Amino acid sequence: MRMLSLAKRNTQEMLRDPLNLAFGLGFPVVLLLLLSAIQANVPVSLFEIGELTPGITVFGLSFMSLFSATILAKDRGSALLQRLYTTPLTAVDFILGYTLPILPIAMGQSLVCYAVALLLGLEFSVHILLAIVMILPVSLLFIGLGLLCGSVLTDKQVGGICGALLTNLSAWLSGTWFDLELVGGAFRKIAYCLPFVHAVEMERAVLAGDMAGIFPHLWWVLAYGVGVLALAVVLFLRQMKRR
Amino acid sequence: MEAIRIENLTKRYKDVTAVDGLHLTVGRGELLALLGVNGAGKTTTIKMLSCLAAPDGGDAWLLGSSICTDAAEVKKVIAVSPQETAVAPGLTVKENLELMWGVHGFSRENRETEIDQLAAALGLQRVMGRKAGKLSGGWQRRLSIAMALISKPQILFLDEPTLGLDVLARAELWDLIRSLKGEITIILTTHYMEEAEALSDRVAIMAGGRLLKCDTAAQIKEQTGTQTLEEAFIQIVKGAGV
Repeated sequence: MRMLSLAKRNTQEMLRDPLNLAFGLGFPVVLLLLLSAIQANVPVSLFEIGELTPGITVFGLSFMSLFSATILAKDRGSALLQRLYTTPLTAVDFILGYTLPILPIAMGQSLVCYAVALLLGLEFSVHILLAIVMILPVSLLFIGLGLLCGSVLTDKQVGGICGALLTNLSAWLSGTWFDLELVGGAFRKIAYCLPFVHAVEMERAVLAGDMAGIFPHLWWVLAYGVGVLALAVVLFLRQMKRR
Repeated sequence: MEAIRIENLTKRYKDVTAVDGLHLTVGRGELLALLGVNGAGKTTTIKMLSCLAAPDGGDAWLLGSSICTDAAEVKKVIAVSPQETAVAPGLTVKENLELMWGVHGFSRENRETEIDQLAAALGLQRVMGRKAGKLSGGWQRRLSIAMALISKPQILFLDEPTLGLDVLARAELWDLIRSLKGEITIILTTHYMEEAEALSDRVAIMAGGRLLKCDTAAQIKEQTGTQTLEEAFIQIVKGAGV
């Protein structure tokens, strides 16, 4: 009950911010429409909808990091979090209260992206539903990144780190916009050491019905997700004690 | 009967002693004003008493529960209205009150009635549907205190509750605070001497983390041979050489 009250408040604050809706739902949809229009006008296979949509759904999650980081950083900057620390809310309540509200928003974002992709020609299959479910572990990774940033940065710094750096990292190093093999070398090696390309390849495998193909990418996503969330919890608890 | 007992409470930040061996008791239903210049240790004292900061020495008992060993019990009986206005800006006034009701784990059964009663008592009815972030400073302060009161605390900490408010808003908040006296034990920090004198049963003067004097405003003026609490305050703080 206590945690759910905090989670409800966080959901309300996020969904009532028109910028959140514009970037969280609008921007990935615009990208899908734009890149599909480009694909329709070029003779080579650049942005096939079946390859593009999983990439866009993962890229869209970088805005979930921005949401979670911004709300936490703003609460830390204001006296609201201080007030809440004097209530019976426990550390677990706080962590779940800031994490859980973003999961359905992430799923909703993914759902909208696939719905638009269907309108753009993606063939319907049950694998789409599975791809939406498999976005959950990826969401946890991005939410963890947001909590991590929100625990140590101010809301202005969050705008730069999550709003610019993370969105660019998750875009360029995910293989969504171009095949990483085309660049190769150190760029490719670095990309494959990070979780973004693994998240995209896992989603592509799920959508294609290639269940064996989700490995080892799922392990990369889970390992990074658990690691980032654990670090975020440590940093959140540290700032809670240092207040 | 005492509501708060503080013994040798100490807080250090690196090489600065923010609160230095504080001893104090506050009776049930009493309103104690903590007076002091910036850096006197008022806010740090409130932070320790409300379990926001752990003491480096000493302890305090709030209705018998230690802030060092029974923080969870302490949190059940206290509420804080912090120095800055602590409201959720994107939520309406009603939703802010519902949030505080919920985080205290109270059942939904009486929620509407309790919120309506509190809103009526604090004159918040006409802004219940407005977003907190869009309210004026005076209304936000009023809401901030309402958010502290919704849990029906037995001990209330008001940290600079009228800071930055205009004369009218301040007078309204004074009336509100007066109406709480006797029922709730209140510790109020302030820079305003007239506020301390008008509202408190006793005044505690702090400087450099130490408690210099704690008595009624009249007694403090008499003991220092001054006409006003401000003159008494200046004499006490300067005399302490802090």
